[in-house]
Amino acid sequence: MARRTCRGFPVCKMPENAPVKINRPLHWFAVLTAVFTFVLLGAGGLVTSHNAGMSVPDWPNSYGYNMFLFPPSQWIGGILYEHTHRLIASGVGLMTTILAVWLWLKDPRKWMHWVGVVAFLLVVVQGVLGGLRVVLADAQLGIFHAIIGQLFFVLTCAMALFTSRSWQNLQPGRVDSHLPTVGPGGVARPTETSLRTLVLFTTILIFCQLIIGATMRQQHAGLAIPDFPLAYGKIWPATSAAAVQSYNEHRMNVLAENPITAFQIILQMLHRLVALAIFILAAACAWQARRRLGKKDSLAKLALFWLTLILAQILLGAATIWSNKAADVATAHVLGGALSLVTGALWYIIAFRRSAALPEIAPVKPISGTYGATPAMAVNK
Amino acid sequence: MKKFLLAFLLMALVAVPVAWAADIVGNITLNGTPPPEVPYTPLMENSDCAAMYTNTPTTHFYVVGPNGGLGDVVVYLKNVTGKSTGASQPPVVLDQKGCLYRPQILAIQTGQKLLVKNSDKCLHNVDVQPTVAGNPKFNQMQTPGSPDLTFTFPQPEMFITFKCDIHPWMFAWVSVMDSPYYCITDKEGKFDIKNVPPGKYVVEADHRKLGALTKDVEVKDSDVTVNFTFNIK
Repeated sequence: MARRTCRGFPVCKMPENAPVKINRPLHWFAVLTAVFTFVLLGAGGLVTSHNAGMSVPDWPNSYGYNMFLFPPSQWIGGILYEHTHRLIASGVGLMTTILAVWLWLKDPRKWMHWVGVVAFLLVVVQGVLGGLRVVLADAQLGIFHAIIGQLFFVLTCAMALFTSRSWQNLQPGRVDSHLPTVGPGGVARPTETSLRTLVLFTTILIFCQLIIGATMRQQHAGLAIPDFPLAYGKIWPATSAAAVQSYNEHRMNVLAENPITAFQIILQMLHRLVALAIFILAAACAWQARRRLGKKDSLAKLALFWLTLILAQILLGAATIWSNKAADVATAHVLGGALSLVTGALWYIIAFRRSAALPEIAPVKPISGTYGATPAMAVNK
Repeated sequence: MKKFLLAFLLMALVAVPVAWAADIVGNITLNGTPPPEVPYTPLMENSDCAAMYTNTPTTHFYVVGPNGGLGDVVVYLKNVTGKSTGASQPPVVLDQKGCLYRPQILAIQTGQKLLVKNSDKCLHNVDVQPTVAGNPKFNQMQTPGSPDLTFTFPQPEMFITFKCDIHPWMFAWVSVMDSPYYCITDKEGKFDIKNVPPGKYVVEADHRKLGALTKDVEVKDSDVTVNFTFNIK
């Protein structure tokens, strides 16, 4: 029996740069998984915003029912948020499993097989963490659950990118028609290391900011500081024991389970300061990207979008305080954080790829319909 | 005859301290104006719960009487441990009624039963979150008409949170004492800790929002009066 080959290479030993047809269904499934993960983040945000994390006391069952058979008539109050979150999470878990198997079977790039495996493992860990947070009634686990959720969202978006035509067009020696890499001089140029480093640092800072945010939300203490842009009427609030006692005496929140502490006040101040630092850094990234890559460059446009997103995110943070932590506003703030993180991460990945893809060569004619072609193959074709 | 004398002696030993015991009584007042109570707006947004009210209920963080007496303050003898009589005491009842816990502040002894009722026609979950090691966490659902849930706590702890996550505005705070020497002030701020044996004690008055105040007292053979004043800053 003849062995399957692909352009002369055995399928099982296909080189990384071998041309392969773009698997559109796989790509769109990866996009769909990322979209559902975003929805899942929103559902998880609503659970915490509504203090509903413990409204279904058991796991993996729901009030003794198989999760999928739990009667909708009992989806009341906080149960609605928690149970919906579980169902969407199950869907995302299933989609991730399918995606991992699909990648393993159909994607010719071996490293993508392992990306799929990592995504699968991460979604399993995330699901178990969510369950343990309920079963062990441990709010600290909720912090890890929130952080891993953000990382998983980045991974699903990256998988959607890796399976896209745009990504394949960034193969070594290729110039992309969708993601123009041509600078003002008409010559393809890689993004400079310093700019990439700046974006990477800003993205890491956003990730740290998300950790701070998750820690704040899992305290279940309502707003530690009820005003903005000042804090208890001052630029920096008092955090002495007497001052904190006074704050607590005047807090009349029907949903705040716990009194606030000096630690929580400092944490919110840190959150504000880091937000300011992120905004400045994102502005620097947008400015530098425009200056070095040209305003028509896709990464320059993405950097500008990133800056706009972070500005919107800051406004959402302010709105969270002004609305006394209204659940929908607070959840939108969580989602804005997720989008900010993923935008920075994808910017860096694309820039890294582009820099690796464009050594010192002149632009070559784009090829559509296949990816992974080397310059030689492109010429031969 | 010897048995009779021995029994008499034992009875005397038990009876003498009780005979010498006295009450610690007093008033707790609030100096200053507390912030206004806030309406349970989320409660009225839930159709099951809103159906039980014509007007929006409000919080009772500060229960202040006409003369400034402060209710819902837990007053107890600090550092008195290992004297619990909880196991032999009748259970204390915490009710879920009108999608609120009633009462919101209560105290029991270690080993004493706490019965949680659901008098509502909707489902609640009883989520108990102690922080002291040895006091177990619970999170159980309670359907309408189902039997009372029974809880006991082996370790003393102030203000254990009871909450319903289905209705996230529902809270109660249960303090667990290791002795019978405690009391919760009434609406006029009065308290009466009964049958305290002679000795020197530290009396602590603890309010969930205002914090704790302490005073040293000595109990001899007559009632002792101790008053506290909380200042709202």
